[in-house]
Amino acid sequence: MADLEDLYQEVILDHNKSPRNFRAMGNSSHKAEGYNPLCGDQVTVYVRLRDGLIEDISFQGSGCAISKASASMMTAELKGKQESAAAELFDKVHRMLTGDCVDGVQSLGKLAVLSGVCKFPARVKCASLAWHTLNAALKGGADVASTE
Amino acid sequence: MKAMKETTAAGSGRARFDVVAARRDFPILSRTVHGKPLVYLDNGATSQKPQVVIDTLSRYYREENANIHRGVHYLSEWATAAYEEARQKIQAFINAGHKEEIIFVRGTTEAVNLVAQSYGRSSLKPGDEIVVSAMEHHSNIVPWQMLREQSGARLRVIPINHDGELVLDEYRRLLNDKTKLVSVTHVSNALGTVVPVREIVSAAHERGIPVMLDGAQAVPHLKVDVQALGCDFYAFSGHKMFGPTGVGVLYGRRELLEQMPPYQGGGDMISLVTFEKTHYNVLPYKFEAGTPNIAGGIGLGAAVDYLRGLEWDQVAAHEEELLTYATEKLTAIDGLRIIGTAKHKAGVISFVFDDIHAHDVGTILDEEGVAVRAGHHCAMPVMQRFGVPATTRASFALYNTREEIDVLASAILKALKVFK
Repeated sequence: MADLEDLYQEVILDHNKSPRNFRAMGNSSHKAEGYNPLCGDQVTVYVRLRDGLIEDISFQGSGCAISKASASMMTAELKGKQESAAAELFDKVHRMLTGDCVDGVQSLGKLAVLSGVCKFPARVKCASLAWHTLNAALKGGADVASTE
Repeated sequence: MKAMKETTAAGSGRARFDVVAARRDFPILSRTVHGKPLVYLDNGATSQKPQVVIDTLSRYYREENANIHRGVHYLSEWATAAYEEARQKIQAFINAGHKEEIIFVRGTTEAVNLVAQSYGRSSLKPGDEIVVSAMEHHSNIVPWQMLREQSGARLRVIPINHDGELVLDEYRRLLNDKTKLVSVTHVSNALGTVVPVREIVSAAHERGIPVMLDGAQAVPHLKVDVQALGCDFYAFSGHKMFGPTGVGVLYGRRELLEQMPPYQGGGDMISLVTFEKTHYNVLPYKFEAGTPNIAGGIGLGAAVDYLRGLEWDQVAAHEEELLTYATEKLTAIDGLRIIGTAKHKAGVISFVFDDIHAHDVGTILDEEGVAVRAGHHCAMPVMQRFGVPATTRASFALYNTREEIDVLASAILKALKVFK
């Protein structure tokens, strides 16, 4: 049960219950839809960039507690940050989720609570969906990001 | 067959299915997961295999392996005979009129694709219509959409009501002179609904329209008699009926199969090849290009033997009791809503909570050793119909017990505690 408590930490349950920045954005400059065909999780990430600054970031969609909390924490973390910080953070989170969950966890700050996911390989894609979608939105290439 | 042994329920005098004996036939059921006894309730995805099937596969590779229909040597003849014997077993199992009506395929998905690409592509014209239902698995939707692109035919969808039952009046209204094929599921994988397929077939046949049935979820639970059902095509997968993965069956009425062009070309499906012209082989080989899944076919034959060795009335009564018990037990859980409440159901309970996602429920159940499926069950239109992103599905097989339902229920309560 210890693993389960690592997965569903209070912070994650809180973000799931009251997700931050959970809304559509009419005046976004970047937007992408993300989709996990395995479980049907779906997320849209909106970003308003000005001169390399993330002025606003939000998301909408449906998914499990892990995917929702991850998206919520992502938006909370990146609002007001530089676009370059988003790319850096994406790399760090991605490395943590697909790696051993120990490397670089400290440098992730609040996002370190996501490290509990690593013991549940089936759930890694839930946690990474919003991040892939943000990446797609900022790159502006793909309209639909996928965890597959 | 150990499971055949009859025991008498105290007081009732009725012979009951000996589920304890049946469980001993399936070695995997005695393992643990995360330190807890495995409670396997994901039978709709794939069933576990009895020792006789495992032994058959292992013996085939250890002692009998050879290619079929081509060797002059002893082992090839042996393997050919075993493979063709399996075909006969399957013929008897579903009561097909002729052995050559049993086509070995990879699974239900390939069977539907075969009918779409062979029967459909050769006979459909722009404006023709194919009727499916709103509770189909993607494998009974997408092949028809592909055919629609190729032929210009239309896809019509029989609606379902809030209990997850087909609206038969609407179905009858959909049938018209342009309808060229009806393809519906026998038992819904996402909802558990048993579809009144005889009525489906007779309404279509009144207009001379052939009917295909997706029996993937039906064969492990119901006694299927294709002649009594009167259907023109019937498809099922080996791995959901205690057989190996990678092998399944398309039953087709001989008159239809004979008119249909081959689905794939290659070895075994020909009788003579020159660069000018190729003569196709007779049924069923016309539809079995290339070296088939020989071990799988023989293994499926062993699964059929296993099933035919059971007392089906007892199995049916046991499964009915399980479903009733599970429905009662789960309905009593606060906030749990069952999706799919048809009067006639088999083997499946899909459920949701308003504020807990199916995926989270699935993970917490897994920690308790309970294997279920969480997601859209390859039936996304069903999820859309009920306005849910996903459901948690417990799907039963003959080896499940009331005690396992109790474990399921208490594991669900644990999930509620995590998300309180």
